[in-house]
Amino acid sequence: MSKLTLKTEGNTCVVVTRRFAAPPEAVYRAHTDPKLIQKWLLGPEGWTMPVCINDARPGGKIRYEWTDGKGPGFHLTGEYLELEPYSRIVHVERMHLPDPTPDNHVETRFAADGTGTLMTMRMTLPDAQTRAAMLATGMQAGMEASYVRLEGMI
Amino acid sequence: MSGTLNLNVAFSALADPTRRAILARLAKGEATVMELAKPFEMTQPAISQHLKVLEDAGLVACRVDGTKRPRRLAKAGIEAMDQWLAMLRKALGKNYDRLDEVLAGMEQPKIKRGEKR
Repeated sequence: MSKLTLKTEGNTCVVVTRRFAAPPEAVYRAHTDPKLIQKWLLGPEGWTMPVCINDARPGGKIRYEWTDGKGPGFHLTGEYLELEPYSRIVHVERMHLPDPTPDNHVETRFAADGTGTLMTMRMTLPDAQTRAAMLATGMQAGMEASYVRLEGMI
Repeated sequence: MSGTLNLNVAFSALADPTRRAILARLAKGEATVMELAKPFEMTQPAISQHLKVLEDAGLVACRVDGTKRPRRLAKAGIEAMDQWLAMLRKALGKNYDRLDEVLAGMEQPKIKRGEKR
């Protein structure tokens, strides 16, 4: 059984779910505390996040900068819309590659699941084209990408 | 980068449910436009339009058989996309595997600490 699921929903959504062996409080903190985010939100091997700004309050700014220590890196900016500790986060984000991608509206829920947590992250893009482009270009952030279960479909 | 551009075109092609259904049908074997049009209750020109998008994206290929032009999945294109998706899933999975380790290393969370920024 795979812990991670990825699927498209409708024409513009991508839904990711993942279970964690820690309570929602801990998983929520790992998503909002810059020192913790820098340890895991890194994408492929060899990338680091030297800049991590995460002002976890409504209207607060997000800025993540990644580098592989070789070429020019890239970054993501965003803003928080809603936070309900320790169950729900709503924010918008965009990648700068270097031109900004259209806004990705992200709702992340953390639900108690036994002694652990079920995380459900729903990303909503402005249109189907943007969702396709996100898949084709957004892999470095890891979070940005990855959804169509092509094997299941074909 | 042309590789990225092709992937972009390929993912765009997949954004349409009819085109995904066409691919699913072709996965079972090649089919003519007429055979493809039937189950979708669409006109042949409409199906041809979808096929053109899939062909331009490198996901469907065409062969000449007398007067027929049966379509089939373009293996190379499908495999390239599959590999890309596997990489994406691996990258995403890796993030969360790292998060598992971070969580394992965290102290039992104290609720009050949620106040700090």
